[in-house]
Amino acid sequence: MISIESYLIISTIMMFAGIYGFLTRHNVLAMLISIELMLNATDINFAVFNRMLYPEGQEGYFFALFSIAMSAAETAVAIAIMIHIYRHIRSIQVEKLNKMKW
Amino acid sequence: MEITVQTVVFYFLAFFIVLTSILTVTTQRIVRSATYLLFTLFATAGIYFLLGYSFLGSVQMAVYAGGIMILYVFSILLTRASGDNVERIKCSKLIAVLASVIVGAGIVLFILLTHGFISFADSSVTEIPVQVIGEHLISTGRNGYLLPFEVISVFLLACIIAALLIARKEEDKK
Repeated sequence: MISIESYLIISTIMMFAGIYGFLTRHNVLAMLISIELMLNATDINFAVFNRMLYPEGQEGYFFALFSIAMSAAETAVAIAIMIHIYRHIRSIQVEKLNKMKW
Repeated sequence: MEITVQTVVFYFLAFFIVLTSILTVTTQRIVRSATYLLFTLFATAGIYFLLGYSFLGSVQMAVYAGGIMILYVFSILLTRASGDNVERIKCSKLIAVLASVIVGAGIVLFILLTHGFISFADSSVTEIPVQVIGEHLISTGRNGYLLPFEVISVFLLACIIAALLIARKEEDKK
């Protein structure tokens, strides 16, 4: 019998690894990869809470399912934006993305 | 505590997830980062299988590990530029980020371990049949998810149009 805490420890570590990557990376694609890690950690939490605390309902299951679909759409649009930016300034490092700042 | 196949698989997956998710954010080459992310997503699908959610695990494998990773690899190869590999960060900023991440993780883990969850699940894995999932998805009753289902489908259509619109070639402007 695996306790609920051990599942949640995994998702906590994954979440904070994502936060660390988001704050330290300079490449926009690497930041997006970190965001995927965070989204994945929340999906694990939804599924685990549903299975361990409310096994008679299916709310967390469907939340995780819809969350996967949302993150697929979000990734597609974000990558389209990045390719477009790359065509304009030939780089996707965050230091150089300051055209719309001022 | 007796050792079962489930426990062994769980600890293997846990070790694998922790290792690959930390390597994802610490490795310097972005292609390696995407590869480690792929392994993390596969191990997450393994966690879903272990919980008895086979359909969710299959969706995770098909959408995340199949679809999204292809997008990542293509976009990494399309946006390759010199200087992508060297990511130097200031030492003071690195210390601040590390400290805040460790403190945040410590607070969350402390709350989590002292909360005392009341777990109802027994060790026997009960699988939700796919028919039940389908009926939930298209029903309008108490446990129905027809509205989010339709919203997601319209949302995906909007995303397809947006991605095409953003990433298309602009020929007539120049």
